[in-house]
Amino acid sequence: MTASQPASVALEAVGKRFDGGPEVLASVTLTARPGDFVSLIGPSGCGKTTLLRLLAGLTLPSAGAITLDGVIPAEARGHLSFIFQEPTLLPWLSAQRNVELPLRLQGERAAARRERARELLRLVGLEAAAAQYPWQLSGGMKMRVSLARALTRQPGLLLLEEPFAALDELTRNRLNEDLLRWREQAPFTAFFVTHSVGEAVFLSNRIFVLAANPGRIAAEVVTPFPYPRTAELRESPEYLQLVARVTNLLRANRNPSAEKSAP
Amino acid sequence: MNQPAKKSSVWLPPLLAGAAILALWYAVIAAFSIPTYLLPAPHEILHALWRERGALLPAALRTGGSALAGFFAAVGGGAVVAVALASSRLVKAALLPWVLVVQMVPVVVLVPIFVIWWGAGLPSILAIAFVISFFPVVASTTLGLVSTDRGFLDLFSVLQASNAQEIFLLRLPSALPYFLSGVKIAATLAPIGAISGEFLAGTTPNSLGYLLLIYRSDPGKMPEVFAIAMVTCALGFLFVGAVQLLSWRLLRHWHESARRGE
Repeated sequence: MTASQPASVALEAVGKRFDGGPEVLASVTLTARPGDFVSLIGPSGCGKTTLLRLLAGLTLPSAGAITLDGVIPAEARGHLSFIFQEPTLLPWLSAQRNVELPLRLQGERAAARRERARELLRLVGLEAAAAQYPWQLSGGMKMRVSLARALTRQPGLLLLEEPFAALDELTRNRLNEDLLRWREQAPFTAFFVTHSVGEAVFLSNRIFVLAANPGRIAAEVVTPFPYPRTAELRESPEYLQLVARVTNLLRANRNPSAEKSAP
Repeated sequence: MNQPAKKSSVWLPPLLAGAAILALWYAVIAAFSIPTYLLPAPHEILHALWRERGALLPAALRTGGSALAGFFAAVGGGAVVAVALASSRLVKAALLPWVLVVQMVPVVVLVPIFVIWWGAGLPSILAIAFVISFFPVVASTTLGLVSTDRGFLDLFSVLQASNAQEIFLLRLPSALPYFLSGVKIAATLAPIGAISGEFLAGTTPNSLGYLLLIYRSDPGKMPEVFAIAMVTCALGFLFVGAVQLLSWRLLRHWHESARRGE
C-alpha cells in the first residue's frame, strides 16, 4: 500500500456547463494547500456538488483547469477517495468485504486486504460488525463503513459529498469528531460539501461560501481554531460567533429565486 | 403468547377460506342439482385423481420434464441474450423494443407455426415451453443489467475499476434480483407452455395436455378434467416453489433487494 501525502489542489478559472444547460459554475479559482480541510457551503444549485465531482474527475470542466498535485484529476485517481451522500455499500457484500473493495479492485492479495480492512474497521469502531451485511447496520454505522472504505487506500485527497446529512445530530457530531481524529493519524487534504454551517466551522480551516446562478465563490472564511479539535470547541463563544458570521454570509448570498422553493 | 397467534394468522385465514369455498361448492351443486358432467363435486375429483393415477403420474412427469427442459433453455438462453443486449447501448436500443413486441404474440398463434416447421410432437412442445418463458427472462435481466445504481457506477469509476471488474463485481450481481424475478415468471409459464403445447400439438397420450384432449371428449370424464387441473396446479407450485427457495437462498443477505424482487 502506498500511502499518499496530503495533496495540493488548484482550480484555475473553472467553469462548468452541462450540454446546452445554464452555467453551473463560473470562473471558480481557488487553491488548497496540502492538509487543508476545505468546506464548500451554499444554497442548492450553487454547484458545490458539481465542484466535488469535477475534483474527482467524474465530470470534466467546460472551462479552466483543475490540478491535484500538478496533474489532472483523472490521473490522480489513485490518490483520492470520494465519500458519497449515500453510503453506497454493495448490499451483497459484508461490511468487511465492502471495505476491502478498493484493494480488491487494485488486485491486492486477499490476505493483505483482509488485514487492512480489519484495521480500518477497528479504526471506525466497527470491528464487531465485520461480518454483517449493510441492511443489518444503522445509518451511522453504514456511513462509518463507507468512511473506512474511503480510507483503505490512504488517500491524499478526500472528497465528501454531504456524507452526514441524513444522520441525527448526535451521530453527526460524533462522526465529525472521529473524522478529525482519523485525519491526525493519516493526514489528507479534504473537500467537504455540507449544508450545515456548524459542521463546516467545526471541521474546516477554510470555508468557501458559494452563491448560485451561476455557481461562484462569494466569500472565504478562515477558521482560527488549531487542530486537534474536540467536542468542547462547539461550546466556545468564538465558535458560535463564527457560525453566526458564516450563517449571515450564507443568507446574504442566497439566491432570491431559491427563497420561494425553500421549505 | 404472541408468537403462536402470529403464526396461526398466516395459515388460518386461507384454510378457513378454503373450507368456505368447498362448502359453497357443495351447496351450489345441491341447490341447483348440477350434474357431474358440468361441475363435479370435490370428492369426485379426488376419486378421479386416485382412479387415474396410473395415467396421470407418468403424464405429469412427462409434462414436467418438457417444462423443465424449456425452462432451463429459456433461463440460460435468456441470460446470455440479456448480457448481449446490455453490452451495448446501441444493440439494446435497437433490439429491446422488438423483444417486448414479440413477447406479445400469444401462444395459440405460435403453435401452428411451430407445427408447420417441426411437425406435431415433442420438438414443438419444447419450443412452446421455451418461447413462453424466454422473453420474461430476457426483459427483466436486461433491465437489471442496465439499471445499475448510478452511485455504485461512480464509486467504481473513482476506484478505477476495469470494465471487466465493473461487469463481474457490480453489474452482474446487482442484476441478480431482476434476473431471479424473470426466472420466477419463467417458472410459472414453462408448465403452462408445456401443457398448451401438448394440448395443441401433442401426439401421444402420455402427457397432461394430451390426456386433457382425451378426457374432455368424454362427458363422463369431467372429474378427470378437474383432476388434471389439480395436477397442473401442483406442478406449477413445484416449479415456483423451487425458484422461490433458490431466490431466497441467494438474496437473503440483501434483505431489501430480496423484497424488491418479489
